[in-house]
Amino acid sequence: MLAACGLDSLEQLYSHLPKEALLDRELALKPGISEYEIVDYFNQRGGACATGYASFLGAGVYRHYRPVMCDVVASRGEFLTSYTPYQAEMAQGTLTAIFEFQTMVSQLTGMEVANASMYDGSTAVPEAALMAMRITGRDRCLVASSVHPEYRQVLDTQARNARVHVETFGYDAATGQIDMARLESLIDDKTACVIVQSPNFFGAIENLQAAADLAHKHGALLVDVFTEAVSLGLLAPPVCADIVAGELQSFAISPSYGGPYAGIIATKEKYIRQIPGRLVGETVDADGNRAYCLTLATREQHIRREKATSNICTNQALIALMATVYMSIYGKEGLRELALQNHSKAQYLAAGLDRRFSAPLFNEFVVRTKSPDAVNKALLDKKIIGGLALGRFYPELADCMLLCATEMSKKQDMDAVKEALR
Amino acid sequence: MPATTGKTRPNITQNEKLLFELSTPGKRGYQLPPLDVPEVDPVETLGEGNTRAEIKDFPEVSEVEVIRHFSRLSAWNYGIDLGLFPLGSCTMKYNPRINETVARTEGLAWAHPYQPESLSQGAMEIVATLECVLGEIFGMDAVTLQPAAGAHGEYTGIMLVRAYHESKGNPRKKIFVPDSAHGTNPATAMIAGYEVANIKSNERGMIDVDSLRAAIDADVAALMVTNPNTVGVFEQDIVKICGLMHEKGAQVYMDGANLNALMGIARPGDFGVDVMHSNLHKTFSTPHGGGGPGAGAVGVRSHLEPFLPGPRVKRASDAWTWDYDRPQSIGRVRAFYGNFGVLVRALAYIMALGGEGVRNAAIDALLNANYIRARLKDRFKIAYDAPSMHECVFSDTLQAERGVHTGDIAKRLIDYGFHPYTVSFPLIVHGSMMIEPTETEPKQELDAFCDAMLAIAGEIESDPEMVLKAPYNTRTPRVDEVRAARKPKVRWQPE
Repeated sequence: MLAACGLDSLEQLYSHLPKEALLDRELALKPGISEYEIVDYFNQRGGACATGYASFLGAGVYRHYRPVMCDVVASRGEFLTSYTPYQAEMAQGTLTAIFEFQTMVSQLTGMEVANASMYDGSTAVPEAALMAMRITGRDRCLVASSVHPEYRQVLDTQARNARVHVETFGYDAATGQIDMARLESLIDDKTACVIVQSPNFFGAIENLQAAADLAHKHGALLVDVFTEAVSLGLLAPPVCADIVAGELQSFAISPSYGGPYAGIIATKEKYIRQIPGRLVGETVDADGNRAYCLTLATREQHIRREKATSNICTNQALIALMATVYMSIYGKEGLRELALQNHSKAQYLAAGLDRRFSAPLFNEFVVRTKSPDAVNKALLDKKIIGGLALGRFYPELADCMLLCATEMSKKQDMDAVKEALR
Repeated sequence: MPATTGKTRPNITQNEKLLFELSTPGKRGYQLPPLDVPEVDPVETLGEGNTRAEIKDFPEVSEVEVIRHFSRLSAWNYGIDLGLFPLGSCTMKYNPRINETVARTEGLAWAHPYQPESLSQGAMEIVATLECVLGEIFGMDAVTLQPAAGAHGEYTGIMLVRAYHESKGNPRKKIFVPDSAHGTNPATAMIAGYEVANIKSNERGMIDVDSLRAAIDADVAALMVTNPNTVGVFEQDIVKICGLMHEKGAQVYMDGANLNALMGIARPGDFGVDVMHSNLHKTFSTPHGGGGPGAGAVGVRSHLEPFLPGPRVKRASDAWTWDYDRPQSIGRVRAFYGNFGVLVRALAYIMALGGEGVRNAAIDALLNANYIRARLKDRFKIAYDAPSMHECVFSDTLQAERGVHTGDIAKRLIDYGFHPYTVSFPLIVHGSMMIEPTETEPKQELDAFCDAMLAIAGEIESDPEMVLKAPYNTRTPRVDEVRAARKPKVRWQPE
């Protein structure tokens, strides 16, 4: 091969680099190791984490059973090792699956258009805010403090560039829902959007219609955020929202210490040209048969460069594929039954505990206890990871923890948690 | 129908409806265990207005229909597992399956980001170890693994630049972006609140130092440079360029999309770069998965470390801990700690190769690209004379004389069983064909690809009309993309 290249040595492949750029030593990395040693290393690291524990943590990342089929499909090399489907004639599999994904997300959220996925829920929120700013021509975003705190931090980072103005409004101390009076006093004709999460970070289901009515009265958009996708199996879809930004981790994506997950943005048809990220559309091939391709690329960075709607290049296709398989496996009845199991378990767990807020819950809720840390410590001895102590995000809720039950929560473990909290 | 030789032969593929069209009322693919607590009436607990009666038109299919559906769809796809995938700038290298196995290790895959640190030590050690080995490969003092993808890493990097300049009292106004750059670069600069100033490339496909020098002023926050750049050429003046930027107090950002060419050979931190990202799904072999997930590690020199997103993993007395006390940080760019599952795969890859293997991978990537260049250069016009690194870029000039363009050649290549190269990018090369084979291709596959390209060059001479209508052998002939955009249909609806 070297001879074909007209070269005598491998060094000649890079000897034209400026001398001061060349590394004059070997990399200080360990020598390569065998497959068995790699498996052993990661097994040991996994063993140095929580294995065999029950867990009642939610807070944006949920433990749901992962049907085997999701990994079976996502492990097929034709999906796993393919690229963004620019060459439609060679990627009808990925394109068709994304079209189905977009359809199912639309059906779940009650929106007319959903994109091919975002990095995750937290990054979907600033993208939704920027989208609302483009649509309204305004630059003020009002975000509820009951939106996931880390999602708000990501939005705050976006606001550092000074083109987005983010203000936070609080929650009703009794219900845990947004403080409507405060929102009403803040909203004005410079407000691009109101960002609300439902169920919110405290697990409380919001009155989205009231928030939407208020936003619309002032010419602003309502952005609805969700972190627990399973709730959409049972809860009314957020049809009054203008943009829905959410996280699909619940659909077959293992918690994996925080990622990778898949976010979504869904919206009304009239805003389709302002949506960020990839979109797959239906068309025909040269024989007149139905076919799919990436579409409306003129929104995107590789065409529009600095005038693009977003700098995003990747979606989360493989994760979205797992979610698509998950939604098909459960289907119309299964997803509802799954959601109802989650809800029933959470109601059982909450019964008799000192709930901090009164709003209806789906599968998460806030409970008051003298010392969340002491309760969690006692539970760890029983191989149970308790709830999230809320003081780290909400100093005023230092005596509270956020508990989550899913279909994987067993009655005996829930009884142990209830006992520890009494 | 023109036959092809060598790598392909027609095969049966199944037709398949959409899931919604396959649905039968009442079907489902999964059974839940019996509920061990009383089932509640959701109308009672939630109120009627908060519940939905059904998910209208949601699929209803059985398990066997699900596996057949997605298996049939998969057969309509092409991946690295099937052959060479020479998309330039995308580094489509083999994705070792061991990485998939270890990412599913129970204690890692089921780790919740808020579980106690005492029960997360293994995961935290993985993060710390990967930061360390990437820092060594980049020649950088600190690395953050929080960004979820390459473009997200760019955004993080430019926000770091902004924070750095703000700490000096002035965020400055604009970012220099060479005209050869990926579209993400100017889009990133905009989203980070900067104006974009385009910098012209010279006749060798490199940044023109004189025009750069003439354009620099005190308003420039940074230069975003891709090196090797998108024409596959190492920026010969990179050390001088970094020096010029630094003289004016500006920063140098490197888009590390093409880092595969440099591993173990040269380090961005050593040649003057202040901040860079690397796409772990390119250089470090984590699967592209049809467009994600990725991960965009960002490396910085020490003067930018205080601004990195938090939390940062650090070693306390005898355990790993997350450090949230980062007063100068730009803040979070993503919830939690990044795409951890992708990080596990990248670390497994580096561990398998080791220091010497990483360097050999880069050298083999250079060899494979130069081999393709040598085999094709007589029939296709090489875009620039400068030596190629990990990819070679041609222009369709010779073929365009016969009315056949880069996009047409790409479609004909599909008939020969290959995924096309990157079409019409970089924009500075007219009719660009950007070919990146990566190091994991055997010589036989490279030769089959070159034979196909040369055969197509011959076809263009003898029968250009035929090439214009390709592909012929795919189950889906040319797709009408114009029609898709005219009246977008982005979801299925019942007739």
